[in-house]
Amino acid sequence: MRLARLRARVMREIETDIIVVGGGPAGLCAASEAASAGAGVTVVESDLHLGGQLVKQTHKFFGSREEFSGIRGYRIADLLLGEIKERGSLVETLTNTTVTGYYPEDRTFTAMEGEESFFRIRARGAVVATGAQERLIPFPNNDLPGVYGAGAVQTLMNVYGVTPGRDVLMIGAGNIGLIVSYQLMQAGVRVVSVVEASSRIGGYWVHAAKIRRLGVPILLGHSIKEALGRDVVEGAVIMELDEKFAPTGAEFRVDCDVICLAVGLTPTNEILSQAGCRMRYVPQLCGFVAERDRTMRTSNPAFWSAGDATGIEEASAAMVEGRIAGLCAARSLGFPARMEKFDEYWARLDRLRGGEVGGRIRAGISAVTMEQVHDAL
Amino acid sequence: MTGMTYEEKVGNTVICRCEEVTLSEIRDWIGRGYDTVTELKHVMRVCMGPCQGRGCRDIIMREISQAAGIPLDRVEAGAVRPPVKPVKTRLLASGDD
Ligand SMILES: Cc1cc2nc3c(=O)[nH]c(=O)nc-3n(C[C@H](O)[C@H](O)[C@H](O)COP(=O)(O)OP(=O)(O)OC[C@H]3O[C@@H](n4cnc5c(N)ncnc54)[C@H](O)[C@@H]3O)c2cc1C
Ligand code: FES
Repeated sequence: MRLARLRARVMREIETDIIVVGGGPAGLCAASEAASAGAGVTVVESDLHLGGQLVKQTHKFFGSREEFSGIRGYRIADLLLGEIKERGSLVETLTNTTVTGYYPEDRTFTAMEGEESFFRIRARGAVVATGAQERLIPFPNNDLPGVYGAGAVQTLMNVYGVTPGRDVLMIGAGNIGLIVSYQLMQAGVRVVSVVEASSRIGGYWVHAAKIRRLGVPILLGHSIKEALGRDVVEGAVIMELDEKFAPTGAEFRVDCDVICLAVGLTPTNEILSQAGCRMRYVPQLCGFVAERDRTMRTSNPAFWSAGDATGIEEASAAMVEGRIAGLCAARSLGFPARMEKFDEYWARLDRLRGGEVGGRIRAGISAVTMEQVHDAL
Repeated sequence: MTGMTYEEKVGNTVICRCEEVTLSEIRDWIGRGYDTVTELKHVMRVCMGPCQGRGCRDIIMREISQAAGIPLDRVEAGAVRPPVKPVKTRLLASGDD
């Protein structure tokens, strides 16, 4: 009796060569790549499904052919899951499981499956591919029911098939705001207008053109002043801004029952900071990210990182970064990784980040890239 | 919120939803010299709710940056301690399975 009690107190522990935190495109590519070199990989994903942001994307992707442009997001997730399956028992995936912490003293991760099962994971190497989280902006009454983040609206519609309301005011004209507006309209919801604080549309022109054609005004140099309503959202006051984002005094009211915020994403980095990785705030990458070398290894030699967690970019780049991180993590652990792929992957990244559009990302990346500092583990 | 000026309404905006802390409370403490996330955490529990600051850290850092004139990349962000998601203490105490 006493003994049984004691035994129950020993927490379950999983051991693996490489833990991949986050099962989005970056994490899945990292897992596949590391396993192809022979490493045992455990992918841990909070959500019920693998695939990350891809699962919610019903539109055809932009990017390069190697990174599946022209294919709808959720189909790309299926292709990656197929690739993972081919790796057989080398890749174990745990869904509905969140990595809740990392304790550097004993080099141990803690994880929670659902809300009832708590256990430890020990790994020789880690790839952190935790993606991004939505930014919020403060305005009066932003706690009224009816104020949503764009991610929540996408999950409701594209994963659960539920529309959030009848008349939506969209805040933000980046790709996410534009794509979600279009998806709302496809689902029969009216988009009252899209407001954008800056003086230009942040997203790709094709997405903006689609919703303009459907008669939705995109108001540049405007933002939300406050939400209106007693118990739920009934409308909003829109204000005009000057080039310095100060209100000009001009304002008007719109009627809507949903206010959808699409004002940007910021990297999810808790696990990296707990691991003591040197972090830096890089505006072009939209937040705090870990310094890394070209193998995507951070200042903590047992940690690599990839995807939106290393800077907000696109799924196309996230997948290639994931492959680089997986390949190099496996190699550092002594697995026979095919390093000739390393240069090919960097060539792909350089192509994706080429041209004028990529300038911002290139500047951000060069601000956090350090010389290669570590040897094999 | 009727009868309030717009400025008052802005001040009443809840920034840390987990701990129900408003913008004016945060601005008050920054005004008293508490210009790091760690200090604000200690005096009003911001970033210490169930979301561990996912919902509020970003906005609070921007406020500090504006009010104290510190560039955003210099604002102290505070340690992000485990767990990143609430864990029932019973699980921690017993060791599961
Ligand atoms: C509306 C919209 C449209 C887009 N369109 C395009 C497009 O056309 N082309 C393109 O290339 N890109 C597009 N993107 C961007 C693309 O979806 C992202 O860049 C990409 O998904 C990033 O991949 P990731 O693996 O880094 O992160 P994510 O896809 O965000 O995956 C991260 C995963 O980590 C999990 N996670 C986080 N923390 C933990 C933890 N502690 N424990 C366990 N799991 C955790 C999350 O649940 C998530 O599933 C779009 C994004 C959006 C929102
Ligand atoms: S919003 Fe502040 S801790 Fe959750």
